[in-house]
Amino acid sequence: MDLSYGEKYETFRGTVREFVSANGQLAPDGSEETLDKARDWQHLLIENGYAARTIPKEYGGGGYAPDLIESRIIAEEFARAQVATGMAGQGISMLIPVLLERGSDEQRKQFIEPTLRGDFMWCQGYSEPNSGSDLASLSTRAVLDGDEWVVNGQKIWTSSAKTADWMFCLVRSEPDARKHHGISFLLISMDTPGLDVRPLKTMAGDSSFNEVFFTDVRVPKDQIVGNRGEGWAIANVVLKYERDSLGDPDISLRRLNALIELMKTETVNGERIIDNPVYRDRVMQLQGRVMALRFNDLRLLSAKINKQEAALATMIVKLQGTELRHELEGLAVDALGELGTLYEEGPYLRDNGQWMRDHLYFLGLIIGGGTNQIQKNIISERGLGMPREPRTV
Amino acid sequence: MEFGLSDEQKMLQQSIGGYLQENGGLKRVRPFADEDQDRAEDLWTGFAELGIPGLLIAEEHGGLGFSMLDAALVAEVLGYNIAPAPFAASVVMVPLAIARAGSAEQQAAWLPKLADGSVIAGAALTEAVGAREGAGVQADGSTLNGKALFVIDFEADVYLVADDQRRLYLVEANAPGLQRQRLSTVDKTRRVGELIFDGTPADPLPNGDGVLTQIIDAGRIVLAADTLGAAQCMLDQAVAYSKVREQFGRVIGSFQAVKHLCAEMAAHLEPCRAMSWYAAHAYDNLPDEARLTALHTRAHIAEVAKEVAKKSTEVHGGVGFTDELGLHYWFKRINLSRQLLGGPDRVREEAAQLQGLA
Repeated sequence: MDLSYGEKYETFRGTVREFVSANGQLAPDGSEETLDKARDWQHLLIENGYAARTIPKEYGGGGYAPDLIESRIIAEEFARAQVATGMAGQGISMLIPVLLERGSDEQRKQFIEPTLRGDFMWCQGYSEPNSGSDLASLSTRAVLDGDEWVVNGQKIWTSSAKTADWMFCLVRSEPDARKHHGISFLLISMDTPGLDVRPLKTMAGDSSFNEVFFTDVRVPKDQIVGNRGEGWAIANVVLKYERDSLGDPDISLRRLNALIELMKTETVNGERIIDNPVYRDRVMQLQGRVMALRFNDLRLLSAKINKQEAALATMIVKLQGTELRHELEGLAVDALGELGTLYEEGPYLRDNGQWMRDHLYFLGLIIGGGTNQIQKNIISERGLGMPREPRTV
Repeated sequence: MEFGLSDEQKMLQQSIGGYLQENGGLKRVRPFADEDQDRAEDLWTGFAELGIPGLLIAEEHGGLGFSMLDAALVAEVLGYNIAPAPFAASVVMVPLAIARAGSAEQQAAWLPKLADGSVIAGAALTEAVGAREGAGVQADGSTLNGKALFVIDFEADVYLVADDQRRLYLVEANAPGLQRQRLSTVDKTRRVGELIFDGTPADPLPNGDGVLTQIIDAGRIVLAADTLGAAQCMLDQAVAYSKVREQFGRVIGSFQAVKHLCAEMAAHLEPCRAMSWYAAHAYDNLPDEARLTALHTRAHIAEVAKEVAKKSTEVHGGVGFTDELGLHYWFKRINLSRQLLGGPDRVREEAAQLQGLA
């Protein structure tokens, strides 16, 4: 048991801290930011090795050897200074790892650098109205016609489709193959004729999701990643990256501390919320749960660094992290009482309505990224070795 | 950076686990419980051969000089195997108290005997956390009056006692004016009891300022680890049972209703492992975090284990409710540990106080 990172890494931390304090004012701060500002920041971070750090130089990255502790220290220092890290859209966090693993040379050259630099924004075309948890049953068709795939069908829950330049998309290209083997992974320009994006309003009031309709959308033949029929295996590479990013315990800790501050300042009948033993116990329970997940995360980091197995500890993160956040944000709403239900604008609105918005948003994350019921299937089948539910044939 | 167990620590767990598989478990617990034995002497002798009694005692006093993390790892194995043996007081709290608060003479007199297992020690500290039934100990010079309830590792030769001024004493089991009475709890795998002091001579530990809190935290950390082990065993038993029990023509472990119960148990329990390690590590190495992590670890694992105990019993169905499988011994051990040295609600309030929130 050794929780120190060692001297070499503390020197590295000093360098990062210096950079953040010297340049932090250039970072987008979440308000009224323009895409240009975010891009400029991203470019500065790439130049200094704080974004795209381990992406090979030939594709526009820093070319550093992967080092989990360095990545961790960068994340810690940016978080400590409350300065935005680099861009983290689905293109950067999910597609680039796939292209590095399975893309052709041409595809890597064409897509990685512009994606890193924020010139290509991506959306993910996976779920369909009739293929949610059973994603592999998807039915959006792609038929090869000469040098082009012709795509027909519909995707749903497509975040950022309105602003994206490109979509990475799962399509059924081999209708006669078994369902997991009939899927291909296509890269589709959002400007292609026949592609129609319609916003989908969520219960949180925003339209971050969309439906995307495909009517005879023609896609160049070479915009397939991997071989025909390998799309499912490739998608699983991406899903792994997605689940890893949901339910971050360090963010939960920041929210918990903000909640404690809220409970110290808000009053009912002149009494601080924190002085009420019922509320106090509820927040203490959450503090214990946040703590447990943070230590679990530390164990996972250590297991990755030291190449050890911690399969079950990994599988539970999305389930536990999203449930915890939903509850944590909900406790803030309870602490605020009627004030917690104020939304959008108004004289008594607290923290811009963030507590309720995140309370709702995390219900979305409990469902998205593989529903928490699917997570329980994964935990019981792959983690505990329990038998699969018999499938209908 | 390594947040995990060393090979030696894994071997420690394996060797004790192996010993208990062979000699402990249900087949040893049943006679201990049914025949109302004071001590499982055979197991204690085995433990002494493995060095367990001297785990935390310095080598100069004949112990192994191991860390709190090692003690938590052993406690986890004991809980997993519902070992009917002293541990929290005799191996952890009392040796630590004597090492930290005792004089050189007291250390020389007691630590070697505790280390080789020839003396078993109990801990009478409950009232320092919360007094009920008018319990409490008053000191008059070096004699004690009053009573202490829920003494841990009760069938002992010597007791660590806290008075109402938070001072610590050692009292021998055969001291004049000491009455001892076992309290019959729902947990038949461990012995707790009551001590009544009537002008009972006691040996004060002279350097006890602030030590009592540390000792209680140590007890909480190993009770939490014991609980983690017991809950893990209940989960393992539920999963194993669900793979063999058939209803509606298939094993019940293939039904989502059952799978999800097991997944929920695992999802809550798995982070408790890291939490237990961290709290024990912090106890020795991270003074700024040690108290808060000990309190939350104690409370959180107690809450998780309560749910696991319930769900595991449910997975077993009717037979889980009977004495047949003995599952209830784990359930009840979790129940007793939950209340000792302050239940989760009280411990969370202490955590709030520690942070200036109450």
